[in-house]
Amino acid sequence: MKNTVFLGTLTVAGLCAAAASAATLDDVKARGNLNCGVTTGLTGFAAPDANGVWEGFDVDVCRAVAAAIFGDKNAVQFVPTTGETRFTALSSGEIDLLARNTTWTMSRDTDLSFDFIGVNYYDGQGFMVPKNLGVTSAKDLDGATVCIQTGTTTELNLADYFRANNISYEPVPIQTNAEAQQQYLAGACDVYTTDASGLAATRATFEAPADHVLLPEIISKEPLGPLVRHGDNEWGDLTMWVLNALIAAEELGITSANIADMSAAPTNNPEVNRILGTEGELGAMIGLENDWAKNAIMAGGNYGEIFERNIGENTPIGLARGLNAQWTEGGLLYAPPFR
Amino acid sequence: MSSISDSPRGSGFHLSQLIYDTRYRSMTIQVVTFLLVVLAIWQLGSNLLANLANLGQEPDFGFLDSRAGYDIGSGFGTSIIGYTSASTHIDAAFVGILNTLLVAFLGIVLATIIGVIAGVLRLSKNWLVSRLMAVYVEAFRNVPLLLWIVLIYAVMTESTPQPRAFRVDEAGIADAYMVFDAIAITNRGVYLPGPIWGPNSGILIAVFIASVIGALVYRRYAKKLLFDTGRLLPMVWPAIVIAFLPVILLFFVLGRPVGLDYPVLGGFNFSGGMQISNPLVALWLALSLYTGAFITEIVRAGILSVSKGQSEASEALGMRANRTMSLIILPQAMRVIIPPLTSQYLNLTKNSSLAIAVGYPDVRATLGGITLNQTGRALECMLLLGLFYLALSLIISFVMNVFNNSMKLQER
Ligand SMILES: N[C@@H](CCC(=O)N[C@@H](CS)C(=O)NCC(=O)O)C(=O)O
Repeated sequence: MKNTVFLGTLTVAGLCAAAASAATLDDVKARGNLNCGVTTGLTGFAAPDANGVWEGFDVDVCRAVAAAIFGDKNAVQFVPTTGETRFTALSSGEIDLLARNTTWTMSRDTDLSFDFIGVNYYDGQGFMVPKNLGVTSAKDLDGATVCIQTGTTTELNLADYFRANNISYEPVPIQTNAEAQQQYLAGACDVYTTDASGLAATRATFEAPADHVLLPEIISKEPLGPLVRHGDNEWGDLTMWVLNALIAAEELGITSANIADMSAAPTNNPEVNRILGTEGELGAMIGLENDWAKNAIMAGGNYGEIFERNIGENTPIGLARGLNAQWTEGGLLYAPPFR
Repeated sequence: MSSISDSPRGSGFHLSQLIYDTRYRSMTIQVVTFLLVVLAIWQLGSNLLANLANLGQEPDFGFLDSRAGYDIGSGFGTSIIGYTSASTHIDAAFVGILNTLLVAFLGIVLATIIGVIAGVLRLSKNWLVSRLMAVYVEAFRNVPLLLWIVLIYAVMTESTPQPRAFRVDEAGIADAYMVFDAIAITNRGVYLPGPIWGPNSGILIAVFIASVIGALVYRRYAKKLLFDTGRLLPMVWPAIVIAFLPVILLFFVLGRPVGLDYPVLGGFNFSGGMQISNPLVALWLALSLYTGAFITEIVRAGILSVSKGQSEASEALGMRANRTMSLIILPQAMRVIIPPLTSQYLNLTKNSSLAIAVGYPDVRATLGGITLNQTGRALECMLLLGLFYLALSLIISFVMNVFNNSMKLQER
């Protein structure tokens, strides 16, 4: 840990600012793969499977970007980052894209010099407690010992929430989700708090998930999204539109099942044609081949497919679409037009 | 052309002398090297500043005065500073500094005690004892400190009950009970009765300090008497009596001004009394045992450096083994022990920055962890952190040097 921060600092100092202003896309192409920052392991969002292959909701964003650039969803080097190391990793150029349950905030966007390319999960901070504690509301948590991941918005929200409600707590700072899970299950803390999606994902891996409840309070807005370094707008545009393509594909009914047919010849929906590259020159506008979005969607399906496969209601994590439904379905997902 | 050492006749100074004249050459090399080093540092520094500026992050310490916004676990630093999430980042840094100082101080004391005892026992003639000490030294010296910290912490949290296990159910039975109804050992920490300072307790403290000084003066006098006249006064029990009897008497005379506040289980945790948190204990033990292993070897080397004739002479005079050790061998061994001991103290202090592994809020975890991360001011935080550890190390070295000088062989 110590080393990472320090090396990061050195690298920021030495090489990277150069990398930040230079064209990231050229670097990625020259390297032959995308370096993508993910979590150290959060089932459903980013975790290696039994064969060591990374999979998850955030991982699929990385894969889609790699597929858009190289036509190969496996041209990704995954770099596990903690809440504390992720920003240094990005600003130092160790990674090209950070897709790690990261909340879009003003200071991260401006002061830390990053650019969020969109939101792939609208979330909020929640609390998980063992059922037998008999706690039904976060307001009952006066005096509780709370596990939190350091370097997160979670720890700031928590301080604000308890202060506003005039109750006290004892924070136990923790670096990774795995560590938090172990401490929580060992009873070293009464409560685990983080993004509600993260809580659901964590609980899904417990031996007895039913013994733990999520409290009804959601105490913050956590728009989670991928981000890149500020300053390379071409790279920011490229990644942003890959994400938008995944979202638009769901809205327009492009799925991994029908994409081969749809992209074989122009359909009678011009926007679908523009996305899939059978019409127009959208790919050239972001420095890619015209089949960029087709490859991105083929990597893991459209946004809805990615959601359902990794964290949806039929997975152990069992998250409902909620705010993350398309705008046409009452959710907040709304990709700008492709033209 | 050959080099010349005498100044050339009459004529003044030639530039070539800087290279060929041995009187100037070494100076020239030093100046050039110095300039190159300065240039390299300047180059690195300006590069860094330029690159940071490119990123839009000129060094700026203004963030230290802004609201920190995060909470730090209760404990030594937090209570002294009175820290809350509404305090500033600089306050958070001070909380961390105090916590670092606390664990470094406790660690140095315990590591020294362990090291001296184990070092003496390592040379014991008892095979079992000396082997056991060897095992201790090898086990701690050869396994990374971080593993020991995490291991000790894990053992402490996994093997002790949660606070809620102390709750008594309707049948009057609990899963865990307090020791003497006063001490609760939980997986979050140890809760002990804490003092309640009533009126007049100031007098009590003053008297106690005075009696401790008195006890030390007595020991000094007894030692001087022994060296001057050979008369041996008892050392241990009078010192204890002098140190404690007056306070105990006064305590009752003043009508028990200091009460005890017992920890009670309320809500999620125990409250009241004193809490010693598990992260602190785990870090403290791990640092002490680890550094103690190195000190053991230093003490052993120190003892072995004292020539055998010394202990033989002392035995010939009829001194008992433990007196030989404490009066003859150790004082002489000290001269060999102190310099490497200093560097062990420095190691321990710097190693305390591993605290974050168990969530102990030291300065590396507050200033160099959460503050750094929330503000993104990596360079500034690391710089301040470096300065702090540098200053602390220099202070420790200074104190140890003073101590070393007082222990030096006094030539008469
Ligand atoms: N959204 C918050 C918190 C992000 C966070 O740390 N999430 C946790 C749990 S949802 C996580 O991803 N942990 C994975 C790991 O430990 O690597 C932020 O951006 O600061």
